[in-house]
Amino acid sequence: MKIEIRNGRVIDPKHGFDRQASLYIAAGKIAALGEAPSGWHANRVLDATGLVVCPGLIDLSARLREPGFEYKATLESEMAAAIAGGVTSLACPPDTDPPLDEPGLVEMLKHRARSLNCAHVYPIGALTVGLKGEAITEMGELTEAGCIAFSHADAPLGDTQMLLRALQYAATFGYRVWLRPQDASLSRGGVAHDGEVATRLGLPSIPAFAETIALETIFELVRATGVRVHLARLSTHEGVARVRAAKKSGLLVTCDVAIHHVHLCDVDIGWFNAHCHLVPPLRSTRDRAALRAGLADGTIDLICSDHTPVDDDAKQLPFAEAEPGATGLELLLPLTLKWAREESLPLVAALARVTADPARVLGLDAGHLGPGADADVCVFDPDARWLVEPSALRSQGKNTPFLGVELQGRVRHTLVGGHIVHEA
Amino acid sequence: MRNPQLNGAGELQHLLTLEGLPSEIIGRILDTAVPFVSIAERDVKKVPLLRGKTVFNLFFENSTRTRTTFEIAAKRLSADVINLNIGVSSTTKGETLLDTIDNLVAMNADMFVVRHGQSGAPHLIAQHLSATGREHIHVINAGDGRHGHPTQGLLDLFTIRHYKRDFHALTVAIIGDVLHSRVARSLIQGLTTLGTPEVRVIGPQTLMPTAVESMGVHVFHDMRKGLADCDVVVMLRLQSERMKGALLPSAGEYFKHYGLTADKLKLARPDAIVMHPGPMNRGVEIDSAVADGSHSVILPQVTFGIAVRMAVMSILAGN
Repeated sequence: MKIEIRNGRVIDPKHGFDRQASLYIAAGKIAALGEAPSGWHANRVLDATGLVVCPGLIDLSARLREPGFEYKATLESEMAAAIAGGVTSLACPPDTDPPLDEPGLVEMLKHRARSLNCAHVYPIGALTVGLKGEAITEMGELTEAGCIAFSHADAPLGDTQMLLRALQYAATFGYRVWLRPQDASLSRGGVAHDGEVATRLGLPSIPAFAETIALETIFELVRATGVRVHLARLSTHEGVARVRAAKKSGLLVTCDVAIHHVHLCDVDIGWFNAHCHLVPPLRSTRDRAALRAGLADGTIDLICSDHTPVDDDAKQLPFAEAEPGATGLELLLPLTLKWAREESLPLVAALARVTADPARVLGLDAGHLGPGADADVCVFDPDARWLVEPSALRSQGKNTPFLGVELQGRVRHTLVGGHIVHEA
Repeated sequence: MRNPQLNGAGELQHLLTLEGLPSEIIGRILDTAVPFVSIAERDVKKVPLLRGKTVFNLFFENSTRTRTTFEIAAKRLSADVINLNIGVSSTTKGETLLDTIDNLVAMNADMFVVRHGQSGAPHLIAQHLSATGREHIHVINAGDGRHGHPTQGLLDLFTIRHYKRDFHALTVAIIGDVLHSRVARSLIQGLTTLGTPEVRVIGPQTLMPTAVESMGVHVFHDMRKGLADCDVVVMLRLQSERMKGALLPSAGEYFKHYGLTADKLKLARPDAIVMHPGPMNRGVEIDSAVADGSHSVILPQVTFGIAVRMAVMSILAGN
């Protein structure tokens, strides 16, 4: 199958490429960009006039809810959401039921995902058995089964000794560890940022320094063990400052932010809007500004969706009891474009944060359109407006703070391995 | 964002919080309550303003006093009152909060009085009723988590106005566990809306919410300094489970620092009034000599509470 994506604005952040061109795909790979290979004859031509052609998005945190939470979402529904959102590779956290702590579970997930023939799925293994923080998992076996990193998801890991052992073990074999910096005891029971809004609404809160303290602990353990750590879901002003300083001192860490935290803050909770109950909590406007600055200067390497489909029953509860999280796979691209517009960023720089940068952190040869690369491509209309409403979302989770908001940017074609898997 | 307790015409639809409630509406509730105080002194303590209406007292958290005063208020307005202690029935059987509401709506409820352990539960119910086209059913927040207790706030305002006439030159001190107190939040919001120039909160750092100054109050940790020249002293209840542990070492040490004694009360103005939302812990937050003394208006608060709740219910019902 030879596909020609004709006359689009091709943006390939990794190679700094941004101009009108045609993209040629053959045998599942990028064959050429700009000039057709000799003797080229396309089986299918996609007219991309007026559209942007970029690498398929890579999302470092998308919960598919399998195994265990099929009533919230299934692989079928969430993989459909991924390709509808232009996401062609995603990493899924281990907080399933049971957690991804043994090879059989990971193999089953990979097998199920492959059979759907959609986006590439990269499972993240549990750092400790059952995410209980008591025993190290069989990281070697899990890696062979397909885990690309290990994390503790949002489960508390309050025992620093245990964390040290897990990091030492991972460092021994060169495994990557992804950690969300949040002190377990300071965040216990909290559901909102410790500040004016939580005080006014009487919500149990999590102080910003719960993140700072955890970051400094992680930094020391990275120095002690040499483990490769990726910091997941930064949320505070001070956290950004500490990561900036750590990177400057030569510490090899990377970090991400969830797209919601780029746009929202605690004020958006309004009168107890449970869609704004997120992990980590939405913080102040000052924190949001710092996260944006961190993204702009590269302190924060990338943006993820932190996709968490939640069923209505679990959201229609008082704020603190409502299950945290928001659906995000289909909003990652339009919300990244919105951020780029608001900050007057060139598209090539903004899209890097959801393509080339996450590929670098994953250690994958993906997220670019160089010749010979897998043809994972997203073709989108940057101007198309659409209303975020339940019927517009493929994800089984309709839970998003952006319900009722009009966004700009709609995916027209998604290609995975040279196959057109989504057209709209 | 539209205030969810007002309808499109700016009239009171639900009473969920005192935050953002216009001073005109607060004033109207307090004015309406005045004649209801005298109804209680008559032989026939009933008016027919809510005749034919059904009021559900939905208590997801136990409270004898608040539930009783709401029940009396509704009955004096001639409503039919149903008391439900949900804490020990449906939710323990697995029914969700909104399922419970839907079932009671099917029984033709006109008004819900809701007490819930979670901040925001009454807002959730009001939004659910609105989203399902049943906004004619009214919701009164009878205390939700740490968030609000607007009828308590209103009865406190009524009491202060009764004894002090005007809010514009008052210094009010609220003392104790502000962190966990919905009473404190509602009263602070009411006082600032009505233009009280000086509202103080007094307590240890462990019982103060972060950035409480943003609500328009001054924070004092030294009770003697905080009491100086106060016109109104409001003592908060200290829950027994918080008297010993991570927040406070002991009830005795708490009383030593933050208990109201006759000696400390001398620092306030000579005509200061002492209030307490009840139930009191004598010897923990307040000394008996003060609770029963000449400055105390704690029992009138209870009487006024019924009148204020009658006023809220009758205004919501369109009277």
